[in-house]
Amino acid sequence: MERIQVLVCAGTGCSIGNSSELVKKFEEEIRSFGLENEISVKKTGCLGLCGHGPNVSIYPDNIIYKTVHLDDVREIVQEHFYKGRPVKRLMIDEGDYNQEEIFDVNKTRFYAKQKRVALKDCGVIDPENIEEYIAKDGYVALGKVLTEMTSQEVIDEITKSGLRGRGGGGFLTGRKWQFAYNEKSDEKYVICNADEGDPGAFMDRSILEGNPHSVLEAMAIAGYAIGANHGYIYIRAEYPIAVERLKTAIKQAKEYGLLGKDIFGTGFDFDLEIRLGAGAFVCGEETALIQSIEGERGMPNPKPPFPAQSGVWGKPTIINNVETYANIAQIIKNGADWFRSIGTETSTGTKVFALGGKITNTGLVEVPMGTTLREVIYEIGGGCPDHKAFKAVQTGGPSGGCLTEEQLDTPIGFDELVKLGSMMGSGGMIVLDEDNCMVDVARFYMDFIVDESCGKCSPCRIGTKRLLELLNQICNGEGTLETLDELESLCYTIKETALCGLGQSAPNPVLSTLSQFRDEYIAHVVDKRCPAGVCKALLRYEIEPDMCRKCGLCARNCPVSAISGRIGKEIFHIDPEKCIKCGNCFHACHFNAIARK
Amino acid sequence: MKSLEDLKRIREEAKKKMTMRLDDEQKYRVVVGMATCGIAAGARPVLNELVEQVAKHDLPVTVTQTGCIGRCSLEPIVEVFDREGNKTTYVFMDAKKAKEVVERHLMRDEIIEEYTIGAAE
Repeated sequence: MERIQVLVCAGTGCSIGNSSELVKKFEEEIRSFGLENEISVKKTGCLGLCGHGPNVSIYPDNIIYKTVHLDDVREIVQEHFYKGRPVKRLMIDEGDYNQEEIFDVNKTRFYAKQKRVALKDCGVIDPENIEEYIAKDGYVALGKVLTEMTSQEVIDEITKSGLRGRGGGGFLTGRKWQFAYNEKSDEKYVICNADEGDPGAFMDRSILEGNPHSVLEAMAIAGYAIGANHGYIYIRAEYPIAVERLKTAIKQAKEYGLLGKDIFGTGFDFDLEIRLGAGAFVCGEETALIQSIEGERGMPNPKPPFPAQSGVWGKPTIINNVETYANIAQIIKNGADWFRSIGTETSTGTKVFALGGKITNTGLVEVPMGTTLREVIYEIGGGCPDHKAFKAVQTGGPSGGCLTEEQLDTPIGFDELVKLGSMMGSGGMIVLDEDNCMVDVARFYMDFIVDESCGKCSPCRIGTKRLLELLNQICNGEGTLETLDELESLCYTIKETALCGLGQSAPNPVLSTLSQFRDEYIAHVVDKRCPAGVCKALLRYEIEPDMCRKCGLCARNCPVSAISGRIGKEIFHIDPEKCIKCGNCFHACHFNAIARK
Repeated sequence: MKSLEDLKRIREEAKKKMTMRLDDEQKYRVVVGMATCGIAAGARPVLNELVEQVAKHDLPVTVTQTGCIGRCSLEPIVEVFDREGNKTTYVFMDAKKAKEVVERHLMRDEIIEEYTIGAAE
């Protein structure tokens, strides 16, 4: 009889950490203790603590072991499974409170403030086994919709819940469905936008890897609501694990009769197809995505007509993001009022964020709307590592902006973040500390946009390239105060004239850093100095003669032999002509004798 | 599957394989001491019997193990926690007594005084 279940995370992050080998090792060790009838090992989706992977979760104790190596497996099996002593050294350690003998992860700071709705069964079920999803009341919502509700009732319920698109724009999902429902057409289409493109964002990927059926079920519900019998999942080929799990999920759902003809004997047909994208950022834009599905080059078209009127193959189409779909079945099962009770008045429900950058707990978190940024960054995320000072948090990816320390008490919501010059976006949240140069950050995003601009309209194609050149000038110390004015005015021109959302929002990271961190820009152009010490052209390394102990460690670490001197005899000196400003000497010196100016 | 009944049937069947991962509120938590002292005194059959009986009767109970509880001479020891955190400690357990604990304590909320640590002392 089974008494313990071991769930090994098989998401992308943990797979890189060799979690598939871990599964084999666990099975092997469990067999060697003769416990194979008592303990089973399964693969599951993301538990959120991606930075500490591979993660292994143990039921019924509800313990998570982090950073589990192959060598740790024997200890876990012997100590925990055989002798009943959980291995404390592998548990989540938040430092300053006593661990219970059996440690419940829901009480850790990382999980205590989270509320999992879209990620509900992610990390609990095996994503490759439809029966585990069904055991967790999967496909009940689809059954309820098909047998008890009319299309209009489904749309009303979603509208009433206040659910807004989780892909970035924040448009009311119910209203979108209503538009498509109102269109008269012999054929309509449902699309799932899984073309997650923001640098550092992996929310949708984790949902698809951890619980693909939640998206399939919601798409079928959407199909029923608007009167569509066919759906496409548009996903980038760069997400191989997610694509595989989706394929498996669709195959299983068809075998169980949950997709296909005459679902639940109600006469409703719904079929799904996967379309792979080549990973172009612009294809996350609705009209470009539709072009790409039709086999054309992914380039946006002017709106209107909106996809709800004329989408794929000219037919009415709804496009929703993965995370939006992941909420649908929960709303149908628990009711719109339940969903409204989470979050704030204008932003209901929860939001998944991919925490990254200079943060202790890199990973995936889901919090109710209205939680403050401070809670997410400091309480759940654990703050900046190595006692560095927090500088800013970037939300909304290349279309968003930066928020500063003073703005951290803002409750998270669509409108609240826009008011501060940033946006919710799809949920990337990148934390920056004192070592990040804000001009460099703006340059990074602009570099990304220049790469990803489709080239259809000139404001975006040429304008962003010019923006990047101006930012490069500033970083190289060639900028003046006029450069800043030019930068700003070009930003507004692009915003007003670009064809699609990508171009219109492309200058946001520049405008936002320019308004929040103008002093840093001014330091670059007036003092020719980079306060964070990132922009190499503005950096100088010098050895302070008074501090130098003549040990020669700096010279030994210099890759270009730019440092000269004699050990024990002569003070060392950096040749600025040869120096490539790598900073090796700065980190090597034990006596803080090297100054970065 | 062709109807909601089919879905329900598959769900009930599938649930049995993952009872320990469902969200249902658990009524009791049963902890078996499985340190060397416990195992030597025969805790393993006790643990297996508990797990089997709980599954057989489909009870809202979690069965886990722990290390040495500290009274090695009284092993095998089984602790039963209710939802309020009240603890009942049973000592000198064996498979037969374990079955009785399931049937009387876990199913009928009746504490078996004569097996408790109080009676043993």
